[in-house]
Amino acid sequence: MLKFTDDHEWLRVEEDIATVGITDYAQKQLGDLVFVELPAPGAKAEKGTAAAVVESVKAASDVYAPVSGEVTEINQAIVDEPALVNRDPMGKGWFFKIKMLDPSQLDGLLDEKAYQAMIA
Amino acid sequence: MSETPQVTRPLRTPLHGFHVERGARLVTFAGYEMPVQYPTGILTEHLHIRVAAGLFDVSHMGQIAIYPMSGRLEDAARALETLVPVDVIGISEGRQRYALFTNAIGGILDDLIVANHGDHLLLIVNAACKAADLAHLLRHVGETCKIDPLPDRALIALQGPLAEAALVRLAPPIRTMRFMDVRTLQILGATCEVSRSGYTGEDGFEISIAADRVDALAHALCEDNSMMPIGLGARDSLRLEAGLCLYGSDLGPETTPVMASLEWAIQNVRRAGGSRAGDFPGAEVILRQLVDGAPQRRVGLKVDDRVPVRGSAKLYPDEISASSIGTITSGGFGPTVQAPIAMGYIDKALVTTGTRIFGEVRGKRVALRVCDLPFVPHRYKRNRN
Repeated sequence: MLKFTDDHEWLRVEEDIATVGITDYAQKQLGDLVFVELPAPGAKAEKGTAAAVVESVKAASDVYAPVSGEVTEINQAIVDEPALVNRDPMGKGWFFKIKMLDPSQLDGLLDEKAYQAMIA
Repeated sequence: MSETPQVTRPLRTPLHGFHVERGARLVTFAGYEMPVQYPTGILTEHLHIRVAAGLFDVSHMGQIAIYPMSGRLEDAARALETLVPVDVIGISEGRQRYALFTNAIGGILDDLIVANHGDHLLLIVNAACKAADLAHLLRHVGETCKIDPLPDRALIALQGPLAEAALVRLAPPIRTMRFMDVRTLQILGATCEVSRSGYTGEDGFEISIAADRVDALAHALCEDNSMMPIGLGARDSLRLEAGLCLYGSDLGPETTPVMASLEWAIQNVRRAGGSRAGDFPGAEVILRQLVDGAPQRRVGLKVDDRVPVRGSAKLYPDEISASSIGTITSGGFGPTVQAPIAMGYIDKALVTTGTRIFGEVRGKRVALRVCDLPFVPHRYKRNRN
């Protein structure tokens, strides 16, 4: 299941694990990324609060946790090479995985069609 | 992201159509709708300037001509010297110089370029300051000089090691110009004021041309394969790598030229003991600081880590101290140096190259090292062919 937030994060859900990243639209708006800061594995994520930071040449922006839970895994590859997020935002440029506390939080998120309509 | 409420519609430069045609992302800057980047992005644009050539629209900047009512240019130069701590009389015909409007406390009202065009001085001032600068000039030198703002002139900058090759086809005489030379030249049938200067640290030119002729010139220049349009995003990262100040960030009404490490802009003739010493706003403070130094000073800073430390970040002497020893005024990622870089003001006692200090980013202390400016060596063409 693929879901989106109106802050331009995406989540791919498999059982109770959500893999989170930023959308292609978001990476285009941000421009070339030069720095990524990820949460520590094991950290608590709370829906709607800043979980990661991305910086372009021009500015820093927060990436929000789209659901609450525990961070189980992070993508060190984007810390080592932030440009990976620009090149493959929905694939190799993922940010972190969250073990969800309350899967019903997904109900409030957008599906792909609704997200595409929002950015159109 | 918060947006400032837009009270009035932003102004457009004569190259607005050119920017839209090339897919620029436009933002409001100093009241003008300006390209922050084109589709290739800031990193590519930045690196392109360091190896090839690029065209910047800087038509938002103010252009002001000053004519002496007496007909003798020295009278206009002498009048302008009452507002800047700079040797204006000493600027030869066909040359230009960096200058600063100062206030009564020695702070900086604007930084500008003053060019000697023979019968007049041409001032290039910051967009955000141009109305105030014009009023300042009218009030203080309006009795002896005709102050002529030039809103119908556009300004473009060509920067990069291949800028000369791109421009020489349209304007052969530019080949013999050296850094800070100015010439009046015909380009594509339009009368242009050309200077060999810029804001990137690279060789290049700035061209003042009638607003209705600039679009044709920009298109003709971009026919050269090496030439790419470049937005304000890369302009900012390029000038930061070159260690050049941005008014409003690195300079302001409370920073003096000595604090800003701009002593080089004050020639000996205007300093204590010089034949035209003082007689500019804030002279008492500035002349004293030229001898004794200022309590704080602008320095370059390199980040040990990879995290950018940006403007307004507070600086500390160590990881725990609560008392700040300075502030970052410009900071970001330097695409040429491939690392975060910054400039800021720190206490005089800490300005030694190599000193380790800390900046606060999102509540964490990040180690920084005081370093020499510029971060990327200037490559101006200082000698004549």
